[in-house]
Formats: sequence, C-alpha cells, structure tokens
Amino acid sequence: MMVYLLLFWVYFKVGLFGFGGGYAMISMIQYEVVEHYAWMSSQEFADVLAISQMTPGPISINSATYVGYSVGGVFGAFLATFSLCLPMLIIMYFVIRYLFTNMENHYVKNVFRFLKPATAGLIFAVGLLLMNAENFADVGLHNSNVSVAICAVSFVASYFYKVNPILLLAISGLCGYVFFGVLQ
Amino acid sequence: MNLCFQLFLTFFKIGAFTLGGGYAMLDLVEKSVVEKKKWVEITEFWNLIAVIQSIPGVFAVNTALYIGYKLKGIKGALCAALGSVIPSVIIILLVAIFFTEYKRNEVVEQIFKGIRPCVVALILSPSLKMIKSTGFSWKMILIPIATVFLIWWCGISPVYVIIGAIIIGLLVGFVSYRFVKKEM
Repeated sequence: MMVYLLLFWVYFKVGLFGFGGGYAMISMIQYEVVEHYAWMSSQEFADVLAISQMTPGPISINSATYVGYSVGGVFGAFLATFSLCLPMLIIMYFVIRYLFTNMENHYVKNVFRFLKPATAGLIFAVGLLLMNAENFADVGLHNSNVSVAICAVSFVASYFYKVNPILLLAISGLCGYVFFGVLQ
Repeated sequence: MNLCFQLFLTFFKIGAFTLGGGYAMLDLVEKSVVEKKKWVEITEFWNLIAVIQSIPGVFAVNTALYIGYKLKGIKGALCAALGSVIPSVIIILLVAIFFTEYKRNEVVEQIFKGIRPCVVALILSPSLKMIKSTGFSWKMILIPIATVFLIWWCGISPVYVIIGAIIIGLLVGFVSYRFVKKEM
C-alpha cells in the first residue's frame, strides 16, 4: 500500500514541477526513483530511458508507465501515469483562464526567464549523474573504452548533425552486440 | 461522428504514431488538428504551443487538453487527453512486461551495454542546445552552472531548484518593477 502512495506522490510532484518537457522531468524522476527511494539502479534507469525513447509517445509518460510497472505491477503502471497527468488537468484549467491573456505580464516573463536556463541545467546534471561505471561497461585505464567512444560519437551526431535519436540508439545497440558480444 | 469520439481518435492516432516524444509530434498535430480538422486557427495554434512550452507537464497531453477543452469543455479535454496517453501506456506496458522477462538474456544485456552510453549523450545534447538558446550572456550562463552544481555535487532535489528559479524570477520582477520602473 505504502509503495502506491509514494508512487502517486512522486509522479504528482514530477507532473506539477515538470517545466521544460520530458528530459527535464527525467532529472526529477532520476532523483526520486534512483537516489531517494532506490527503486531502481542507475543502470536500470538508463535502460528505461532508452526503451521510453524507442517506443511511441512522450518519454515522460512512457517512463512513468515503465517505472510504475517495475515498482508496483500493472496497477502501479496506471497509477504512476495517472499521477503524472493529474496536475496537468489542474494547471491547464488556470492556463486557459489566466495565463493566455497574461503572457506579457512582467512577473510571468521574469519567472520564465529564470526557469529556462535552470531546466537546461537540470537536464545536463542528470546526464552527468548517469555517466557512471554502471552505464559505461568497460570504462577504465587499461580497457578499450568502447562505451566512451559510443557516448562521444552519439553526442557529436546528435548535437552537430541532428541525427534521429532512435537511429542512434539502434546503432549503439548494434555496436554493443558486436563489441561486448561477438568480439569478446 | 460524435465530437468527443473524434477528439479521442485523432489524439489516439497522434499518440500511437509519434516516436521520439513531444516535439516530434508537433508536425503531426499541426497537420491533423489545424489543416485537416480545422479545429483551431494556425495563429492560435502557434500561440498555444508557445504557452505550453513554458508550463509544466507533458507537451502532448497539454495540447490535447487545450484543444479538447476548446471544442467540448471538460468532457472533450478528458477524451482528447485519454486518446493521447492510451497508446503509449499500452505499448510501453507490454514492452515492460516483455523486457522484465528477457532482461537476463545475454544478447539483450550486450545490446544495452552499447545503448546506455548513447542515452547519456542523448540527454547531454538537448541540454546544451537549451543553454545555447537562452543566449550566452555570462549572467545567464551562471544559472545552469549553479543548477548542475546543486544537483550533481550537492544532491539537492530538482524540485527545489525549480521552486528557487520561480522565486528568483518573481523577486527580480518585483525589484525591477518597483525600483527601476521599466522593462528589464
């Protein structure tokens, strides 16, 4: 029972403070699920993100359903997704009534001016947090460091050449199979 | 056809066929909601997108809520939101059930060893793009750096960072309004 209440509370918070889209929410989800409640290891969490990215639909909904399932079964999956969406119903109501006519308001403008760089920092931080030995399988001084190479090449491909993320994940998976499976 | 059912179906299709989340579906929403169904005008649509980008929550669900609400009130909002969420929930739930079963498979583990570093790259890349898009004034670059420091180094919950950014925004708005009496 307790785990369902916690699941509701965690995803309600994520939905309520989820400024800046899916990736920004990931930083909150990572904090709660991996660091705070330790429902998942950092490695499992990275797997969830990869799977959420590769299946259709928003990454935040996908990861909520997935985390909910692994924490509390099918009911947990629906509960987490519902809790994530609940704040939106409330917020959207106020947005329709108030924000649309006040986007030029002095306070609203200033709040967004500070929120945007802060959420960018949130996303960067979660990237750094996932950069650990669990997710970089062969990192170390005397190793071949295939994972570091995959990360670097993917970064360049995504940042400079805007390569589709799903394609990048698929190629990286293939590289993993070749370098950690076939060639070992 | 009943309007509520139409809303459900339209957003169901959008939810089922967009890989890569939020912004990837923008084009599909625009085509079906603005061009085909003519539910909203194009200018209203882009205004809506601008507002939704700055409020918390899942981009796709918020869009569905707004358009549903506009056409058929709260009932329409719920139908559209359900339509946009259900496909991803079902698909990811099946994947989660399947993946939990096959996680111990050696080949799957090898593939994910390659995928995990790519996930890290896919998170770092958009955050840098976001930081870049807020402009390189050195006062503004301090905010994401402080955020990364607080989360990565001090282990502070991202929720507090967001609340902090909102408070700073309001304070700056207040000070500049009261004492400077002009636009920042």
